[in-house]
Amino acid sequence: MDMESTNGQTVYHIKKGPDGTLLSIEHFDLWYGETQALFDVTMTVEKGFVTALIGPSGCGKSTLLRSINRMNDLISGLKTDGKIVLGDTDIYGPNVDVIGLRKTMGMVFQKPNPFPMSIADNVSYPLRVDGIRNRKVLEETVYNALVHAALWDEVKDRLRDNALGLSGGQQQRLCIARAIAADPEVLLMDEPCSALDPVATAKIEDLIDELRGRYTIIIVTHNMQQAARVSDNTAFMYLGKLIEYGRTSTIFTNPKVDRTRLYVTGRFG
Amino acid sequence: MKSDPHRAVTLPLLLKKEEPAPVLPTDHTGQDAGPVVPPAESVGKELSRMQIERRRSTAWDFRARGEPFVWGLGGALAVGIIMILGFIALVVYNGIMTFYPQPLEVVSLRGGGTVAGELARVESFRPGPDILQQLPEDIRARIGNDKGFARRFLYRTGNYDLYNEDFRWVPEYDVVKRSTPKELYFFERLEWGPFIGTIKSIDLKDVVVDGAALKTGTLNEAMDQAAARRSRIRQLERNEMGKINHYLERGRLALKKVEMTHGEHSPQYRQAQREYREAAAKLEAQHAELSKEAQLIKDQDSKFTVTLADVEGKEKTLKLSEIVRFYPANSLTFTDKLRIYFSRWWEFLSQEPREANTEGGVMPAIFGTFCMTVLLALAVAPFGVVAALYLREYAKQGKLVSLVRVCVNNLAGVPSIVYGVFGLGFFAYVLGGSIDALLFPERLPNPTYGTGGLLWASLTLALLTVPVVIVATEEALAAVPQSMREGSLACGASKWQTIKYIVLPRAMPGIMTGLILAMARGAGEVAPLMLVGVVKLAPELPIDSIFPYIHLERSFMHLGFHIYDVGFQSRNSEAARPMVYVTTFLLISLVFALNAASIMIRNRLKKKFFGGHF
Ligand SMILES: Nc1ncnc2c1ncn2[C@@H]1O[C@H](COP(=O)(O)OP(=O)(O)OP(=O)(O)O)[C@@H](O)[C@H]1O
Ligand SMILES: [Mg+2]
Repeated sequence: MDMESTNGQTVYHIKKGPDGTLLSIEHFDLWYGETQALFDVTMTVEKGFVTALIGPSGCGKSTLLRSINRMNDLISGLKTDGKIVLGDTDIYGPNVDVIGLRKTMGMVFQKPNPFPMSIADNVSYPLRVDGIRNRKVLEETVYNALVHAALWDEVKDRLRDNALGLSGGQQQRLCIARAIAADPEVLLMDEPCSALDPVATAKIEDLIDELRGRYTIIIVTHNMQQAARVSDNTAFMYLGKLIEYGRTSTIFTNPKVDRTRLYVTGRFG
Repeated sequence: MKSDPHRAVTLPLLLKKEEPAPVLPTDHTGQDAGPVVPPAESVGKELSRMQIERRRSTAWDFRARGEPFVWGLGGALAVGIIMILGFIALVVYNGIMTFYPQPLEVVSLRGGGTVAGELARVESFRPGPDILQQLPEDIRARIGNDKGFARRFLYRTGNYDLYNEDFRWVPEYDVVKRSTPKELYFFERLEWGPFIGTIKSIDLKDVVVDGAALKTGTLNEAMDQAAARRSRIRQLERNEMGKINHYLERGRLALKKVEMTHGEHSPQYRQAQREYREAAAKLEAQHAELSKEAQLIKDQDSKFTVTLADVEGKEKTLKLSEIVRFYPANSLTFTDKLRIYFSRWWEFLSQEPREANTEGGVMPAIFGTFCMTVLLALAVAPFGVVAALYLREYAKQGKLVSLVRVCVNNLAGVPSIVYGVFGLGFFAYVLGGSIDALLFPERLPNPTYGTGGLLWASLTLALLTVPVVIVATEEALAAVPQSMREGSLACGASKWQTIKYIVLPRAMPGIMTGLILAMARGAGEVAPLMLVGVVKLAPELPIDSIFPYIHLERSFMHLGFHIYDVGFQSRNSEAARPMVYVTTFLLISLVFALNAASIMIRNRLKKKFFGGHF
């Protein structure tokens, strides 16, 4: 990973290449106070690929995802062990600029969480916190992000309206637009479709498909079909442990571990 | 266990048709929703029957349904509401009706003599035996019939200068005749309260007009001119000459300051002294001119007089300009009454008080209350919000923070007079004293900031109300969903950016509510103010046309204190009672308006930040 500094802002560049590794998680443990939620997770995430995290409820998918952009820092009594290396930086190492790290990643949450401001302001928020005030740049970003998130046509006449007036599905696509607005390297999605109807879900799956290659996407999902449809690699987790990780086709058709087969075929979980 | 033939038959039948599990025979619909009914042929059938039985019996148990508690709670609520509503209705009714002109009655008394006045109140009383003794037989018999009670009327007779009383009780048995003569006038005067009587004659400088031949047009014109003279004199004496006095005093103080810094024999002092004398001479000349002009108008004014006579024929001559308002109380049309009503309200809201606050207006008190409340809000908002932000967003949540929180909550329970003592001791004496010693040494020993004043009163009340703001702000901050903060942080925003752009705007409705509640609380607080700057009668407003225009060190008047002062400290509490009602009404309206504003602002902001659906 190269680092480049333009007008005081640290910009991370990560070299392209379908088989290059962007993120490697090495022997990662995590405790919420006394209870351990992640056990010795080790996996690598390839650049430009879509990686799905699957597993039964409470197995630690969200915890792992939130560890990647250090969202878990907000929780008091949290302890971690092991490494998560982005490019060549251990993001849990000393002297890591957490805010700069988060700027390289976009995150979409399970429940849509638009900010109480206009639609356009929501999308341009990541840029505005970076101090970008140029109206043209902001407007262009809003346009691009909304088009990518398949929301532009629905909201183009009401960009100045409050985002809280959108429907749930529109709000979720707005959050996706916000997540990709600052052109991050990595897109973290925690069950982005759980609040959506099939039509909106299909739109978001199309979007993920379109973003493939441009962004590295890690998506948590409970929907096996969705994981099979959109992802290149799939990780199956159980009780805080990474049970199996590999090409999606392999995981779904020919898993090595029994539990994985039971889970993906819907007989357990 | 006994088997139940009825159920034994119906249960399998019903279940065969694949209908929901059966419930009780339907004579108690509603009471037996959802009892546990086992599947058909299960061993639990008998048990379930028992459960149903138990449920049914408890369902009809009077106490188990909590009926008495509901009644008790409802009753308590009703008592509370009735008490509050009764109080508010009393204040509102009296506050609204006080200024409406009442008819004047003339009462001829049995022992001779007449009384004229507004009927203020009627009540029953029990005349003493010695009084009964002197009464004629038939009246005594009638009182005897009424179990020894008789009625009496309280008349507002006015004419305090003639009889040394404003009010007079008249027992019903003393009344020979009551009438409402049309020629009787009600005069509101600058001094001595109202006069009730007729116009005997009027002296317009050189023409003397007899009261009977007087045309209303002439009288009104003369009155208008008198009012113009009165306000001109006031303008000259209060504003212009007052300003000159102020400048003289300022010059003297500046001179004294030079003396204190350079010494009495220094050339600077002599120079300053020369300048001061020149300026003072100029000012004094102006002053003399103004006072000459005022004297001229006064001389003129004293030639316009009116002679009034009360019902007993006693006469009183006074200057026309001493009359504020007059009206023939018994020959008013409805529009006349309304005009008088609103002109009285206008006077009340826009004029200064007269007659030891029992008459005139409350404008300085409204103004003082307003200034104090605004200053209070300016002081309390940043402190409260910053404290709450730190407690909720930055401080590490733990024992210490909990302790601080408990302390803040307890602070709200400290008696307000304690804050007054603190305000006087710390703000006025310590802070103000130091300010005086540093900045205004030439005015000592007269304190400038070293005594109660608008600034110290506002700060004291800010201290008193800061817990309200802290608690409200903390609650509003806590109510901001964690998901919004996470969303902002995930966008790469720093903690402060998240607070500034997301948390604070979203918490704003709650913060505003807290702030306005604090303002309402502060506006109605009186006890601490008595120590830190509220006075019965402030000679000057805290904002005026003399540089630096805003005088935070001045003492001021306050509606709450005004109520106390008029109601309990005045010469005649009966005469002051209407004023108490009206002022209370005004203060309650003010607080009510503040609360209404808070609700409106909150709803508007809520629409902005909370709208939408998931
Ligand atoms: N803030 C927290 N404090 C303590 N324990 C937590 C916290 N968040 C999660 N956990 C625990 O960590 C474990 C993993 O939770 P996580 O939310 O990662 O599960 P998940 O796989 O995302 O489940 P789901 O599919 O239901 O979202 C669970 O046992 C959960 O109870
Ligand atoms: Mg989860």
